[in-house]
Amino acid sequence: MAVTVKTFMSANEAAGALSSDRSARYLGGGTLVMRALNEGDVSISTIVRASDQALARIDASGPRVTLGAGVTFARVLAERDLAFLHAPARSIGGPAVRNMGTIGGNLFAPSPYGDFTVALLALDATVAVQGGFGARDIPIEEFLQARDRQAGTLVLSVSCTRPASAEAFRYRKIARIKPKGGAVITLAAHLPISGGRIAGARIALGSMAPTQIRARAAERALEGRSLDAATIAAAASAATEGTSPSDNALGSAWYRREIVGVHLRRLLSGQE
Amino acid sequence: MSKIPLQFRHNGRDVAIFVDGGTNLLVALRELIGDMTPKFGCGQGGCGTCSVLIDGELHLSCLTLAETVAGRSVETLDGMKQGPNLHPLQRAFADNFAAQCGYCTPGMLMAAKALLDRNPSPSRDEVIEAISGNICRCTGYEPIINAILAAAGGRVSA
Repeated sequence: MAVTVKTFMSANEAAGALSSDRSARYLGGGTLVMRALNEGDVSISTIVRASDQALARIDASGPRVTLGAGVTFARVLAERDLAFLHAPARSIGGPAVRNMGTIGGNLFAPSPYGDFTVALLALDATVAVQGGFGARDIPIEEFLQARDRQAGTLVLSVSCTRPASAEAFRYRKIARIKPKGGAVITLAAHLPISGGRIAGARIALGSMAPTQIRARAAERALEGRSLDAATIAAAASAATEGTSPSDNALGSAWYRREIVGVHLRRLLSGQE
Repeated sequence: MSKIPLQFRHNGRDVAIFVDGGTNLLVALRELIGDMTPKFGCGQGGCGTCSVLIDGELHLSCLTLAETVAGRSVETLDGMKQGPNLHPLQRAFADNFAAQCGYCTPGMLMAAKALLDRNPSPSRDEVIEAISGNICRCTGYEPIINAILAAAGGRVSA
């Protein structure tokens, strides 16, 4: 079925077109929307695009990093100042998917996809969206909780604070096929250290719930402590709390619950 | 619904076609231009057999909205041979038994070309990474990896 394609010069106009049409979807890199069209998704009758260069902007010079929603994973990998995001970017797809898929689209990618968003959730990112109501910034956790209702809003950019050190931010994707494969689970941890103790721990999990979630019980086990064996064990044993994984071809819910603590322990203790 | 005029460069030649809204580049290449070298595999971005180069960058044509290539350069396997001669990568695939059923081969060759265009002497790991988005169900990948390394090393029969 043919769909109507609307291309706009500005993100503003595209956001207007998106919010006024329930059957409109925004086309970023195509890895989600074109896939849906190829599968015969009749709920999409309009494709909205924007050629706005602001959506492709990377601002990575300062302590606060902003990535336009249209920035691809290949561009993240080409940016030396974004080294802390290279592991999650590299874990996505093959080279072609990394040349196409975007930061903004990844926010909407259902499990077993959406690995980059797990990293952004651990980094407490902020999502800038433009809807019929105007522009606003939403904490990524709130954005993900209401993801099903975000269809009419256009993501403009995502921003986060650069981790203080390479040690402070860790990422791990568990896949059955390497180097490319859908995630069984994905984990990311941001562990800012203040005076030898963890202050503001963030643990994010992918494929452990309908959307990417924070492992709050594990965060509580880490908060205010030093990263020693006892603390790591406590965080690992709390990893499943609040999770609701499901079965898919890559793994069962039971298996995901079994392994999430093991991989969190390895991530926190710096094991390969 | 009205057709959309679309012009782009296809293997160094300017082409102009009319596409329906939502048509993907793979359909445009195969059905409207008659270039059958990119294949339809999964339609989901999982297999890589529809891989083409857009402005020199590896893309999946089945997930590319056709009209987004307006004014850009699209290269497919059809443009790889040099006159009557096979491209060194094609020669290396033949020499190293890198094609069995052949369905993945067009995508493998484009992924390999994307790699060698940027990195003429890749390591084995870089080759594996470069073809990681392309699925082959026959060869077990080893002959393909060896063929790409042979082409990169100039170890190709005339």
